[in-house]
Amino acid sequence: MTDLLTLTNVHTHIGRYHILHGVDFAIPEHQTTMLLGRNGAGKTTTLRTIMGLWAASSGQITLAGQRIEAMATPDIARLGIGYVPESMAVFSDLTVKENLVLAARDGPLDDNRLEWIFGFFPALKRFWLSRAGGLSGGQKQMLSIARAIVEPRKLLLIDEPTKGLAPAIIGALIECFAEIKRSGVTILLVEQNFHVAQRIGDAVLVMDNGRIVHRGAMAALAEDTLLQERLLGLSLEAHQ
Amino acid sequence: MTELVALDPLPKPKRDILPLLLPLILAVVMLPLIGSPSSWMTLTVASLAMGMMIFIMASGLTLVFGLMDVLNFGHGAFISVGAYVATLVLLPLATWVQADSLLTNLAVLAPAAILAMGVSGALGLIVERVLILPVYGQHLKQILMTTGGLIVAEQALYALWGPQIIPLPLPTSLRGSFIFGDIAIAKYRLLAMLVGLAVFLAIQITLNRSKIGLLIRAGVENREMVEALGYRIRRLFLGVFMVGSALAGLGGTMWALYREQVHASMGNELTVMIFIVIIIGGLGSIGGCFIGALLVAMVANYGGFLVPKLALVSNILLMVVILMWRPRGLYAVTNR
Repeated sequence: MTDLLTLTNVHTHIGRYHILHGVDFAIPEHQTTMLLGRNGAGKTTTLRTIMGLWAASSGQITLAGQRIEAMATPDIARLGIGYVPESMAVFSDLTVKENLVLAARDGPLDDNRLEWIFGFFPALKRFWLSRAGGLSGGQKQMLSIARAIVEPRKLLLIDEPTKGLAPAIIGALIECFAEIKRSGVTILLVEQNFHVAQRIGDAVLVMDNGRIVHRGAMAALAEDTLLQERLLGLSLEAHQ
Repeated sequence: MTELVALDPLPKPKRDILPLLLPLILAVVMLPLIGSPSSWMTLTVASLAMGMMIFIMASGLTLVFGLMDVLNFGHGAFISVGAYVATLVLLPLATWVQADSLLTNLAVLAPAAILAMGVSGALGLIVERVLILPVYGQHLKQILMTTGGLIVAEQALYALWGPQIIPLPLPTSLRGSFIFGDIAIAKYRLLAMLVGLAVFLAIQITLNRSKIGLLIRAGVENREMVEALGYRIRRLFLGVFMVGSALAGLGGTMWALYREQVHASMGNELTVMIFIVIIIGGLGSIGGCFIGALLVAMVANYGGFLVPKLALVSNILLMVVILMWRPRGLYAVTNR
């Protein structure tokens, strides 16, 4: 299987803090890879470093064989990466429609693709002309994800999409990610909720203190409770 | 497929219209205090005209701050430069300016304003590339660099045009007033109001009906996310900076004609008032900037008429009152 994204010995500093200490991993194409770890382990920093929102101090990041660690964020996004930040970052002053129009960088909105999105996010259709700032937390998350997939992407980087959401919404998001994966998109998903992670992920990476401390198949980690406890410890229990 | 959420209707967004009503409320409250309806009308029209000119000068600055978090203390330089450049057209063609025909007057006024905007916009390009680009994200350095730029621009104007005040008479057909009973409405003030309204509408239409406008609004709210969507926001910012500079040049030309004089420090003198306007309005908000400009002009005119000594501090007092009521301005847009 080909690797779409590769990080090699990536270090990131934020101010005087050394956050990523030589992160190494590869994300296989058309798979969903879960990035797990306790709070402060460096998961969000990893995604932001891939997107160029924080510059890597050293190391290599390649997307489909192309070096991207020195590229500006817009150029990285234009290579086909969709980003769903932890804060969702919907433009609250804009309507749902305007948020998606903006995300459709290469032209007008594709009606077929919109219908596909409305299939799992019907609320977006209903609130099409409403200001995004008035949406509920779950609806904002849908909009944030819809924005990332409104045009075909090679890779989606999704940061803690289920955080603070009701169980019913989480269940539907899981279905949504499965559908996106079936469409051939590669996903790197940061998640703290292990139940969610094991339902979505094909592969798993576990981070601690800015390093990858475990990599392997999700199914293997799901079956090995001892390994789960060793890797995720209290963090896992807290989010189950 | 599962529906993700119950589709309860969204709560109706609260329309925050109180700031919109403030100029109206202020005008109504002032009527009995001023006493004479004709004086009140004259002051109100003067306020609206002055407010529109201030808005034209300030609108670019508020977008520049909102979009890129840049504190441009040199914005006044574009105002002065615009006014001086306009004299390059208006003074040599004084016979056209003094002609009785409105068309002839406008035929010289329009190119003067366009040239002023063009030169100010081009100067904006240079300032952004040379002074601001190296100091993105560093407020203190931005203040030092742009203040320094303002001083250099002011001294350059002194060197090129000399220290004397240059008289800039109004075109003949824009002198005088339209008389309605006891009420006199100055023709130039009416023109200033129309130009200001046209600029406001043009900005609103651009912001609300075009993709560039969407990008600007989104960028003011969260520029990082706009970049993560694949847009090069620095290019957008450069465009906004140049348009803002050009509008300052237009405002400078109009202000010079309003005062019928041009001098090198006029931009510097207006800088404080413009910052008060954008702070009152809420940094990054065009609507707030519009209302802030009207309020500042009304308080200056009404205050100057009722309590002349208060006119010196009226803008500061207004800002204090507004910020005590709404600490982030009338219409807060950015989280900064």
